Amino acid sequence: MSMNDMENSTCFHCGDTCKDEAILFAEKNFCCSGCKTVYEILNSSDLSYYYELEESPGISPKFSADKFDFLDNAEIKERLLEFNDDKLQIVSFTIPSIHCSSCIWILENLNKLHGGIKSSQVDFPRKKIRISFLGEDLSLKDLVILLSRVGYEPYISLENFEKEEKTSSPDRQLVYKLGVAGFAFGNIMFLSFPEYFEMNEFWLERFKHVFRWLMFAFSLPVVFYSATDYFVSAYKGLRSGILNIDVPIALGIAVLFLRSTAEIILDIGTGFFDSLSGLLFFLLLGRFFQQKTYSFLSFERDYKSYFPIAVTRLTGDKNHPEEQVPVYKIEKGDRVIIRNEELIPMDCILINGAARIDYSFVTGEAEAVQKKSGDKLFAGGRQQGGIIEVEALKPVQQSYLTELWSDEVFKKDKASEFQNLTNQISRRFTFGVLSIAIIATIFWMFLDPSKAWNVFTAVLIIACPCAIALAAPFTLGNLLRILGKNQFYLKDAGVIEQLDKIDTVVFDKTGTITTSKRDSIYYEGMELSEEELQLLGGSLRASNHPLSRSLYEILKKNQITVPEHFEELTGKGLQTSHHTMNLKLGSEDFVKKNSSFHDTALIEKEHKNTSVHLSFNDSYKGCFNFQNSYREGLSEVFSRLVEKKELIILSGDNSGEKQKLESMLPAGTRMVFNQSPGDKLQFISELQKQGKKVLMVGDGLNDAGALAQSNVGIAISEDINVFSPACDGIMDASRFFQLPDFLELSSRAISVIKWSFVLSLCYNLVGLAFAVSGNLMPVVAAILMPLSSISIVVFTTLATQLLGKKIQR
Amino acid sequence: MDIIYLLLGISVLVAIAFFTAFIISVRKGQYDDVYTPSVRMLFEDELVKTKSEKNQSLNKVKSS
Repeated sequence: MSMNDMENSTCFHCGDTCKDEAILFAEKNFCCSGCKTVYEILNSSDLSYYYELEESPGISPKFSADKFDFLDNAEIKERLLEFNDDKLQIVSFTIPSIHCSSCIWILENLNKLHGGIKSSQVDFPRKKIRISFLGEDLSLKDLVILLSRVGYEPYISLENFEKEEKTSSPDRQLVYKLGVAGFAFGNIMFLSFPEYFEMNEFWLERFKHVFRWLMFAFSLPVVFYSATDYFVSAYKGLRSGILNIDVPIALGIAVLFLRSTAEIILDIGTGFFDSLSGLLFFLLLGRFFQQKTYSFLSFERDYKSYFPIAVTRLTGDKNHPEEQVPVYKIEKGDRVIIRNEELIPMDCILINGAARIDYSFVTGEAEAVQKKSGDKLFAGGRQQGGIIEVEALKPVQQSYLTELWSDEVFKKDKASEFQNLTNQISRRFTFGVLSIAIIATIFWMFLDPSKAWNVFTAVLIIACPCAIALAAPFTLGNLLRILGKNQFYLKDAGVIEQLDKIDTVVFDKTGTITTSKRDSIYYEGMELSEEELQLLGGSLRASNHPLSRSLYEILKKNQITVPEHFEELTGKGLQTSHHTMNLKLGSEDFVKKNSSFHDTALIEKEHKNTSVHLSFNDSYKGCFNFQNSYREGLSEVFSRLVEKKELIILSGDNSGEKQKLESMLPAGTRMVFNQSPGDKLQFISELQKQGKKVLMVGDGLNDAGALAQSNVGIAISEDINVFSPACDGIMDASRFFQLPDFLELSSRAISVIKWSFVLSLCYNLVGLAFAVSGNLMPVVAAILMPLSSISIVVFTTLATQLLGKKIQR
Repeated sequence: MDIIYLLLGISVLVAIAFFTAFIISVRKGQYDDVYTPSVRMLFEDELVKTKSEKNQSLNKVKSS
C-alpha cells in the first residue's frame, strides 16, 4: 500500500511529485499533460527505452509555439545555421536541460521522431547538440519546436547571433606540446639507457655516436617547439623587470641544451638530453593538469546571453500586422510586442497593456513593479502577465543596461595584475642560484680552471626549479577538482590563490543571501472570521497575480466561497463580493482609501515590505507581509567569517529588511541599501583603494559590475544550468553554507604549496652539492630531476586529498 | 652488429608512426569530448534489443 502511494506521487516522466491531480495514462502517473505528451510521442516512435535507461529522466516541457516565430526570419536563420546548401542544413544548439545518459540517447535518436532529421550528435560536457537535417522536409523552426515538445528546449540568445570564432586552438596547442615532449622523452630514455651503466664496453663505444646524435635530433622539437612558452614568458618577464619562475626554467633549458650539444660535438660526454626532455614533459604535464575547465559553464557571460535574439515588431500593415526582427534592427520609435515571461531588450515607453515588470535581475529589487501606459521601461526587465506593446526609445546597444558593459572593468584581465606565489619565490630563488653559480665558478677558476665551465653549467642545470614550478599547478589543479565535486566551480587555479588573500567579503542581498524560492508570509492586523477567510480563498483562487498565487498556497483550503462578483483592477488589486460581503484586496492606497478603521494603530503603520492589504465591507482588516526567506546557515556563515574578515551587505533593495538582518547577523556587519549596479561597482573599487582585497558574492546582472571589479567575484546560482553573469567562480546555492570551508580550504592549499617549496629546495640542495663539487654525472641528473618532480606531485596530491576529505564530511 | 642501424631505423619509424597517429587524432577533435562517446558506445546494442523486444511483444499479442 505504502509502496503504491510512493509510486503514485511521482511523475513517470520527470520524477517531480504530482500535485493535486495526477494524470493516469497507460498505467503510469504524470504530473502534467506536457509530460504525458512527451511520453506519448516517445512511445509511439518506439523510443520508450528512454525510460529504461534511467529512472524518470524527462524534463517537463514548458513552451509556447509562437515563442520561436523569429526562426522564420531569413537573416536569423542564416546566422544560426552552420552549414546550408539547398538540401542539407546543419545547426548547433545549447540545450541546458541535457543531464543524463537518457538525454544523450533520445537526442541522438531524433531521426526516429522525424524523417527530416538525418543525424544528431550530443556533446555532453558542453551540453550541445549538432543536428543535420533536410531543410525541405523540416524547417528550423519546426525542428526547435520538436525539440521543445520532448522537453529539450534549445537556449537561443543574442549571443548565438554573433558567430563566435572557433576557440579550440589554444587548448590543443598544449596537447601537441605535451605530446611532442612525451614522445621525445620516451625515445631519448631508451637511447640513453645503455650509457648509464656500461662505460667502456666495446660495442657501446662503436655505436654511441649514433645514439647521441639521435638523442640530439629528438631533443630539437622539444627545445624549439615544446619549450617556446617558457622562453616567451621569461623574455616578457625580463622586459618588464620581473623575475618570474620561467626565467630560471628557460635558463635551465637553454644551458641543458647548449652544454649537451657541446658535449657530443666535442665528444666528451653523453649530455643531458634525457633530463631535458623529462623536465619539459613534467612541466607541461603540470600545466595540463592545472587546466581544469568546466566546459558546460561559462565565466565570461555578458548581457548577450540573456537577451532574446529577435522581437515581434508591429508593422502597421494590415496584411502582416506583426513581423519578427533581430533585436539589433530595432530603431527608435519602433513599436514592439513583449509577451509573458519575455525580456525587454531595450529602453522603451509602455503604450498598451498591463505591464508588471520583474527587475530583480537588473536591480536586485525583490518585487515586480506595475507600470502604467506612458511609463518608461528599462532593458533587462521581464514582463509577467499579459502581452504589452511598447515603443523603443533607444536601440539595444545604447540601453541603460548594455552601457554598463562598456565600463572598462569588463575589459581588464584580473589575472595579469596578480603576482602569484610561485613568481614571488622565484625572484629570490633566481638570485640565489645565480650567485651560487658564480661563486662556485670563481672558486673552481683558482682550483681547476678546466672544471669551472662544467660547474657553472651544472649548477644552472640542477637548480632548474622544476619541482617548484610543479608544486602550484598540481596543488591548485587538485583543489579545483575537489571544489568542483562540491559544486563550487572556479574559473582557473589562480582564483584559489586570490581567495587566500581576501579580507573583505561583500554580499548582495536579493537572490544571494535570500532564496528566490520561498517567501515567508505573515499576517498583521485583526483576526479574520471563518466566512471572511472562505471568501478570501475563493477570490485568491480566481486571480492570476503572482502574489495572490503564493498567498493562496499558504491559506488553509477547507472551504472556499466562490465570489459572485469578481473584478481585477490592474496595478491596484481585487474587488469581489458574495451575498452581502464585499472584499477589497490589494495595494495599500487602493484598500485604505474609503475604508473605516476599527484599529487606529493600523492607519499610520509604515510598510516597507511587500504587502497585500485587505478590507471587508470597507472596514480595514490588516495586511499580509511577504518577507524574504534567508538561506540556510546564513547566521553561521556570517559568524564564522566575521572572525577574520570584514563583512558587508550591499543591496539594490530598500532597507525594509534591515532590522531582521541585524538580528540575524553578527555585530559589525555593515549594510548598505539602495545601490544601483553602477553604485555597487563604485563601492567595491572604493574598498580596493583602501587596500582591501574584496570577495564579492552576488547573483544577478545587477552585480555584474561588482563581480568584475572585485578581486574575486563568485556568482551564486540556484540552478547551475541557468547562466550566471561574468565571474571568477560559480557556486551552487545549496552549498552556500560551506563558503567559510571553501575559503579555509584555499588557505590550506597555499600552505601545502609552501611546504612543497621547502621540499623541492631540499632536493635542490642535494643536487647543488653534486654540481658544486664538480662531479654531476648525467645519470645523477636523470634520477634526481624526475625523482624530485614525482615526489612533489605525490606530496601535493596526498595533501590536497586529505584536505578534500575534511570538507566532504 | 651493423644490423643495429636497421633496427634503430625501424624503431624510430614505428615511434613516429604512432606519434603522427596521435597528432591526427587530436587534430580531428577526438579528444574534445571524451565523455559522450563512452556513453554512446553502450547504446548501439541496446537499441536493437528494444526493437526486438517490441517485436516479441507484438508476436505475443498476435499468438495469444
